[in-house]
Amino acid sequence: MSAETQAAVERPPVIKEGWTRARTIGVVLLTIWAALGLAVLGFMINAWDPDIFTRYAPRYLSGLWITVQLVVVSVFLGAILSVPIALGRTSKNKLIGALAYAYVYFFRGTPLLAQTFLVYYGLGSFRPELQAVGLWTFFREAWYCAVFAFTLNTAAYQAEILRGAIESVGKGQWEAAAALGLSRFQTARKIILPQALIVALRPYGNEIILMIKGSAIVAIITVYDLMGETRRAYARTFDFQTYIWAAIIYLGLVEVLRNAVDWIERRITKHLKR
Amino acid sequence: MERVWTLLSFGPEGWGDDIAKGVLLTVSLALATLPLGLAIGFFVALGKRSSDKTLRLAANIYTTIFRGLPELLTLFLVFYGAQIGLQQIVRLFNPDASIEINAFVAGMVALGAVFSSYASEVFLAAFRAIPQGQYEGGQAIGLSNPQTMRLIILPQLLRLALPGLSNLWLILLKDTALVSVIGLADILRQTGIAARVTKEAFLFFGIACLLYLVLAMLSSIVLGMIESWTKRHGVQR
Repeated sequence: MSAETQAAVERPPVIKEGWTRARTIGVVLLTIWAALGLAVLGFMINAWDPDIFTRYAPRYLSGLWITVQLVVVSVFLGAILSVPIALGRTSKNKLIGALAYAYVYFFRGTPLLAQTFLVYYGLGSFRPELQAVGLWTFFREAWYCAVFAFTLNTAAYQAEILRGAIESVGKGQWEAAAALGLSRFQTARKIILPQALIVALRPYGNEIILMIKGSAIVAIITVYDLMGETRRAYARTFDFQTYIWAAIIYLGLVEVLRNAVDWIERRITKHLKR
Repeated sequence: MERVWTLLSFGPEGWGDDIAKGVLLTVSLALATLPLGLAIGFFVALGKRSSDKTLRLAANIYTTIFRGLPELLTLFLVFYGAQIGLQQIVRLFNPDASIEINAFVAGMVALGAVFSSYASEVFLAAFRAIPQGQYEGGQAIGLSNPQTMRLIILPQLLRLALPGLSNLWLILLKDTALVSVIGLADILRQTGIAARVTKEAFLFFGIACLLYLVLAMLSSIVLGMIESWTKRHGVQR
C-alpha cells in the first residue's frame, strides 16, 4: 500500500476538544441571556419606586394567596370528582363509559378560558331558573364560578391520570391479592394504589403546575388573583415592572413545585433503584 | 328555536359570518405559530443534547422560563414588553416615533415560545430513543454529519416525536383562545361580542366550545393520517 492510497482512507472523525463551534454558540447565547437579564435588572433598579412597592407588595401577596387558594381548592375537589369519572371510563357498561368519555373529551378539548366564560357569563342566561333552585348566589360570584369551572376541568385531566395509573398496574396484582383473600377495597388500598401513585405522581405534579399557570386567566373575569392584581397595578401605574414582578413570582412558584415533585419521586422510588 | 337560527345565520341579522371569521383567525394563528414553534423547539433540543455545557445551559434557561410562566403572562410580556422595548430603541433615532405591535405577531411569538419549549422536550425524548448506532451507521457509509441528520435521523425522529407533537398542537389550538384578551378577533372574542350584544351568553359561549371541539376532532383526523403516513413502510422498533 503506497502512501497516497493510505492518505485517501477516511479516518473516523477526531473528537474535538477545547473550543468547538457548539461552545461558541453556547457562549454567544449565554451572553444574550446575561445581557437580557442585566437589562431587566437595570430596568427594575431604574424604575424602582419605594412608593409603588409599599403600595402594591401587600396586594401582590393577597393576589398570590388567592391564586394558591384557587388552585388548592379546585385540585382537591377535582381529585374527588375524578374518581367516579375514572371508574366510569373503565366501566363495562357502554352507556356509562360513553358518558365519561364525552365528559373528558369536552373538558380536555376546549380552552379553559372558554369554559370559564361559559360558566361565568353563560349561566347568567339561566338566572331565573338558578334563582328558583337557590344557586344564583353561588354563580353570581366570579370566584365561585372560577372554582366551579376549574374543578370540572381538572377533574377531566385527573380522571385520565388516575385511569392510566391504575391500568399500569398489572392484572396479576389483582389476582394475587384475590388469591390471598383480600377484598377488592383492601386490594385497591394496599396493593394497587401504592404502585399507581408512583406512576401518577409526575402527571399529578404537572397537572398542578398547569393549574397554577392556567389560573392566571381568572384575572379576565375580575378575580383579583396574582395576575389580576398585576393587571390592576399596571393599569394604574403604566409601569412595566409590575409584570416582571409577577413573572418572577410565578416562575418561583412553578420551580419550587417542580423540584418538590422531583424530590418526592426520588424518595418513593428508592426501593426501585439499584 | 327560530330566534337561535336567525342569530346564527350568515347575514346582517345573524352572527354566523362574524364567528366564521373568528374561526379563520384562530386557525391561521395556530398554523402560523406551528412552523415557528417547531423550528425553535428543534434547535433548542439540539442545544440540550449538545456535549457542550454552556449550550446546554442556554437551552435549559429558555425552557425553564417559558414552561414556568403562565401563557397569559407570556402574552402580556411580549405584547407590552416588546412595545416598550422597541419604542425605546426607535426613540434613539426618531424621538417622535411611536410604535404599535401587531397583536397577531405578538400572539404568534408568545404562543411560539411556549410551544417551542414544550416541543424541545418532545424532540429531546425522541432523540434519546434513536440508538447511537444510527449515527455510526451513517458515518460508516460515508455520509457527512448534516446528511446523516437529514437522511437517517430526521425521518425516524419525526415518527417518534409525532404523538407528542400532536398533543402539543391540540394544546396550541386551545391556547390561541388567550389572544382574545389582547384584542384579536378570534373565536372567543367574536362569540363574546355576540354574547354581549344579544344577551345570549350561554348559546354563544357554548358554540365557541363546540367550535374548538370540532377543530380538535378535525386535527385528530389529520394527525392520524400523518401518523399512518410516517409508518407507511411498516418499520417496527
